[in-house]
Amino acid sequence: MNEHKPLTGRARPDRSPHTLEEWRKLGGYAAVERGLKALSPEQVLDMVDDANLNGRGGAGFPAAKKWRFMPKPGQSPGDGPSYFIVNGDEMEPGAFKDRILLEAVPHQLIEGAILAAYATHSSEIIVLIRDAYRDAIANVTRAIAEAEAAGYLGRNVLGSGFDVKMWVHPSAGRYIVGEETALIEALEGKRAVPRKRPPFPAQSGLWGRPTTVNNVETVSCVSHIVANGAQWFRALSRTEEGGTKVFGVSGRVNRPGIIEAPMGTPAGELIEQAGGVSGTGVLRCFQPGGGASGFLEPDALDVPLDFGNVAKAGSMFGTGTMIVLDQSACPLAVIARHMAFYARESCGWCTPCRDGLPWVAQIMMRLERGEGRMEDLDVLRETVAIAGPRGRTFCDLMGGAMAPLGSGLARFGDLFEAHVREGCCPIAREYGRSAA
Amino acid sequence: MTLSADLRSEITHAMDHHGGPRAAMLESLRMIQQAHGWVCDAHLEEAAALLGVTTAEMEDIATFYSLIFRQPVGERLILLCDGASCYLNGGEDVRDAVMARLGIGFGQTTPDGKYTLINICCVGGCDHAPAAVIGRDRKLVGPLTPETIDEILGEAAL
Ligand SMILES: Cc1cc2nc3c(=O)[nH]c(=O)nc-3n(C[C@H](O)[C@H](O)[C@H](O)COP(=O)(O)O)c2cc1C
Ligand code: SF4
Ligand code: FES
Repeated sequence: MNEHKPLTGRARPDRSPHTLEEWRKLGGYAAVERGLKALSPEQVLDMVDDANLNGRGGAGFPAAKKWRFMPKPGQSPGDGPSYFIVNGDEMEPGAFKDRILLEAVPHQLIEGAILAAYATHSSEIIVLIRDAYRDAIANVTRAIAEAEAAGYLGRNVLGSGFDVKMWVHPSAGRYIVGEETALIEALEGKRAVPRKRPPFPAQSGLWGRPTTVNNVETVSCVSHIVANGAQWFRALSRTEEGGTKVFGVSGRVNRPGIIEAPMGTPAGELIEQAGGVSGTGVLRCFQPGGGASGFLEPDALDVPLDFGNVAKAGSMFGTGTMIVLDQSACPLAVIARHMAFYARESCGWCTPCRDGLPWVAQIMMRLERGEGRMEDLDVLRETVAIAGPRGRTFCDLMGGAMAPLGSGLARFGDLFEAHVREGCCPIAREYGRSAA
Repeated sequence: MTLSADLRSEITHAMDHHGGPRAAMLESLRMIQQAHGWVCDAHLEEAAALLGVTTAEMEDIATFYSLIFRQPVGERLILLCDGASCYLNGGEDVRDAVMARLGIGFGQTTPDGKYTLINICCVGGCDHAPAAVIGRDRKLVGPLTPETIDEILGEAAL
């Protein structure tokens, strides 16, 4: 196994998945054997805690901390199972990392999910996968059947007394399904509108039962921690936060792609590995963690990319999939595309999001066309001030949408004003439309 | 039109194995669509009856999801990404070329019933931008250019 790329090192270039036998030859399922036979659920949980594994779905919440909210057997209220849910809804603009983990290395995900379910005392694992990832749906489904046949899933797994079943729930569009409480609603056969918290899913989740939701990449890390130890996992990283990260680099770079590298790898190095900036070859700005992360500029190229450091730099590490803009790309135009996306994907529950986002998107399009007014900028700033801070809307879709807009207004205020003053996009005028 | 015996048993299986009737609603709609290309009223009602939920509950789900089609779509389905990474790599030139070639906009089907064109958020193919997913298998294609769209139009068979 490639030790520096534990998550993607075994993936084949054509992304064809391994059979269970092939996977076992590569060391697969040894962690499950070890975990279920030699370790208690608490010991697995402690290892993940020591490993400093932060959730890779966007918020960076420590996985072990979330798992500790799950009730132990006997402490669970009422009868029924606890659920462990793997979030494979990946639809954030610029995010394409979970796709490879689902398609190419499904057994790695299953191993992690079994161990996570064991540690959280969950007996049912559900993997939600977005509709557009049909290969992922097929490959994970097939791998689950193989694991079941081999006795890694089912009753009394490996004689440990642990019962667990697992299945795939394919979704059918709508970004909001990825929000964890909306996902739970979706699994209950309702429209995917987020739930009020508290109660948190660990207290009352799917069908009112204790539930944990983790991202595909988070879960894919777990078997490596159990196989190689927490210390090893921490040592993979260049910072305090454990592990490698499956980064993505796209937009204006010469070789866009997935790059697994130590947590804390600076953006400059990743852009270098992605073949450098394309177009003019000169960086204007980048979003470090997908569409809902604030813009950073060339002075941030040395910032170690992890949740803590990117937050300190004034943005959000999010999904760790960066979008790169060269000098000939207009951040205002990119923000306009993002706003159109978030407006379309709003679930419609709260007013600032349902009504505010389409308005913001319209203003952005108008500004891009050079038909904006200076007052429009005030409306945008006001909306960011009202709806930007966490907790102003039912879920973080609105707050996330405000991040690129707010940071764009703060960093590129002159450019916004120039669009109004000059009646066109000054960058497009200089470089032409969609220079790539 | 009634549901085939195969579909009926698949729906029952989903209900028994994947968390009961409510949880199986979306799965049923997906299976119907996979078999027929879209979900007509008669099929929706029949599936609802099979699951023991109301038609309204089923419709509630069907209309929430953007990729459950409640009207017929073309033989060939093109889901074109309108995400930022695709935009930055000339996605809108591709969009304009596809629209000009087919003579339709997003959400429309060509009059001959051959193609349906839909815009979709990031399809996880940012490393192949501009990208689209096409056809029944949601095959990822890209990087697209206005010059090569004819190839994907040919391949988008449902
Ligand atoms: C609008 C919205 C969409 C989200 N979409 C996803 C998604 O597609 N995948 C994902 O893992 N997390 C997504 N999240 C975050 C989840 O709510 C949740 O925090 C995450 O799945 C937890 O996993 P982690 O702790 O392993 O990161 C989304 C959040 C919001 C507010
Ligand atoms: S913020 Fe938007 S997406 Fe989230 S609950 Fe409110 S309306 Fe729905
Ligand atoms: S933005 Fe088009 S595939 Fe990601």
